[in-house]
Amino acid sequence: MALRLPSKVLKHILSFIDSNEDRNSVSLVCKSWFETERKTRKRVFVGNCYAVTPAAVARRFPAMRSLTLKGKPHFADYNLVPDGWGGYACPWIESMAAKSPYLEEIRLKRMVVTDDCLERIAASFKNFKVLVLTSCEGFSTDGIAAIASTCRNLRVLELRECIVEDLGGDWLSYFPETSTSLVSLDFSCLDSEVKISDLERLVSRSPNLKSLKLNPAVTLDGLVSILRRAPQLTELGTGSFAAELKPEAFTKLSKAFSNCKQLQSLSGLWDVLPEYLPALYSVCPGLTSLNLSYATVRMPDLVELLRRCSKLQKLWVMDLIEDKGLEAVASYCKELRELRVFPSEPDLDATNIPVTEQGLVYVSKGCRKLESVLYFCVQFTNAALITIARKRPNLKCFRLCVIEPFAPDYKTNEPLDKGFKAIAEGCKDLRRLSVSGLLSDKAFKYIGKHAKKVRMLSIAFAGDSDLMLHHLLSGCESLKKLEIRDCPFGDTALLENAAKLETMRSLWMSSCFVSFGACKLLSQKMPRLNVEVIDEHPPKTRPESSPVERIYIYRTVAGPRMDTPEFVWTLHKNPEIGVSKLAIK
Amino acid sequence: MEKVGDYDELVNLKATELRLGLPGTEETISCGKSNKRALPDDDTEKEIESTGKTETASPPKAQIVGWPPVRSYRRNSIQTKKNESEGQGNYVKVSMDGAPYLRKIDLTVYKKYPELMKSLENMFKFSVGEYFEREGYKGSDFVPTYEDKDGDWMLIGDVPWEMFVSSCKRLRIMKGSEVKGLGCGV
Repeated sequence: MALRLPSKVLKHILSFIDSNEDRNSVSLVCKSWFETERKTRKRVFVGNCYAVTPAAVARRFPAMRSLTLKGKPHFADYNLVPDGWGGYACPWIESMAAKSPYLEEIRLKRMVVTDDCLERIAASFKNFKVLVLTSCEGFSTDGIAAIASTCRNLRVLELRECIVEDLGGDWLSYFPETSTSLVSLDFSCLDSEVKISDLERLVSRSPNLKSLKLNPAVTLDGLVSILRRAPQLTELGTGSFAAELKPEAFTKLSKAFSNCKQLQSLSGLWDVLPEYLPALYSVCPGLTSLNLSYATVRMPDLVELLRRCSKLQKLWVMDLIEDKGLEAVASYCKELRELRVFPSEPDLDATNIPVTEQGLVYVSKGCRKLESVLYFCVQFTNAALITIARKRPNLKCFRLCVIEPFAPDYKTNEPLDKGFKAIAEGCKDLRRLSVSGLLSDKAFKYIGKHAKKVRMLSIAFAGDSDLMLHHLLSGCESLKKLEIRDCPFGDTALLENAAKLETMRSLWMSSCFVSFGACKLLSQKMPRLNVEVIDEHPPKTRPESSPVERIYIYRTVAGPRMDTPEFVWTLHKNPEIGVSKLAIK
Repeated sequence: MEKVGDYDELVNLKATELRLGLPGTEETISCGKSNKRALPDDDTEKEIESTGKTETASPPKAQIVGWPPVRSYRRNSIQTKKNESEGQGNYVKVSMDGAPYLRKIDLTVYKKYPELMKSLENMFKFSVGEYFEREGYKGSDFVPTYEDKDGDWMLIGDVPWEMFVSSCKRLRIMKGSEVKGLGCGV
């Protein structure tokens, strides 16, 4: 006779389980576990806002306090998704306003958020605490003002790399006059000036403020004045450092920084002149995170700064660091876990990128804890990749962007197959991989064979044939997100591995050879997938065998979406209906 | 994509299309963005069909949309900084089809389009005709175009001046036969 766990006991046990992956597993055990789990889940994560309806989410998780949503496909970051594609937050906010009024936290990524939306949030959730918008667009500073003025318990307001219609810095004055509960404020992506006096007063009446990220319009003087009022900050994003260096200004700045004894994370530093860097020296030994990716500082000034950062775990920097600088990082920053090197000139024309594969090899050899890499350079070698894999089998995220498309190993002229084979084979915990350079189908055979834990894979300008896609879809067991551009294949592999697509969150393919006919077939075969074709010309006006421009395929229990723009065609499951716009316009 | 509709009307895409594909395959896509796909790369089997518009004359490498994969936010920040750090003004290269070398002009010196046009006309000794919102430039063999932040080639005059100045990376004065359908009514 089976013993049933009393739901009170199960509830108590579940209160210790935070990870949604674990909770998803729990909910599959049996009906009663499903029920108990859903009634106790507080943090809900929806990786694709079109995979499920807001109403269904609200219904399933009545105790929801925090909602995280992602909208547009990742390649939207690189202008591959036309404006107006979708990802609207409003329907979600509307639904939650009605059904989950106790919602306290909303985190949105790559979604379209309007001022109306923001006002609705402010008006509907009485205990609203956290708003984090990453890579979102569609709103203005008026919407921010609404949040600031109405959400009395606001703790976190972060606008990360959003495109905001900036109507001026007034929004800052809308925070309540009495003390605020602000813990984190990030307005680094806004353009216009805020009144320093407003900012000073806000900081003075926010005793819990730990993280503050200013926009470039805040001057050095402003920064000094803020730091004096908030020496307890653990995270700081500076404003612009562009003022002419004056000795008293420098002294004041140094002093202000040296009083911030708890500073662990530093970013911003736009236009920082190398002469100002010594002002930061006092905080370096305590820094665990440093984002210099907008600072055009060169060598050797960079090294002077970095050699003092012995506790650094996360470093984002531009390629101005050069191989030499990375060699220094390898010897001074032994705690490094994450490295991102961005191109200072992100053009195909740029031929003088000062980092090579050697820089990454240095860091891989010297930093034992390195587990996450994003690296841009012009070309690479198999030998370097093999060394990196051998030295750092603990890599979890490896994103290499060889800027020159189809660039082979520049020493041997071979494809980079062997190198990526080493990475896939050696780094057994690899969860995210981006490949580039000249790659044949072989490379993908290796990746399919070995990269069993890879969840997200990004591919551009690679492979020879359908085999490439077939290897990936049939081999990579943990694959959840696959994004491909400019690769020469499509139909056969896609149709053969159709079932795989239902185990994944999404598949993006652009400028490949997927035909409209195959999309139709796929859609008919797999009713629980939305097969969306993004193309300016109606697929009906072309032969079925001709390639479509872009496809985005994702699993969903919500059916085809109703908000597609004119250039997106959702293939209907019912072959009689065929291709339809499904828009109720 | 606000630009795409206009672009479609302005440019005869089939003729100027660059694409990834073997010759002879039925290729009927003419999406504005697809022009960026192919690369002038001879190591691969992929043939590049390019008629009329020779890429060798203008930028050394064909611009590819979204490559290298740097977020637009970051790209824009770098571009702004580059412009500012160039000291005074916003200098952009100007090329004219048939002219042996390029020139550079400072866009911040001008307040609106007619001033810019006059200056270009003087610099290269040509005349640009009259601008019509729907049809583009009429009355001349020459059409002034610019490359914007996204890597697209646009007709000068379509967007408000400020938007033009902030998004313009370089100018190119195209000549007659290359500009089928670009509103070059001769």
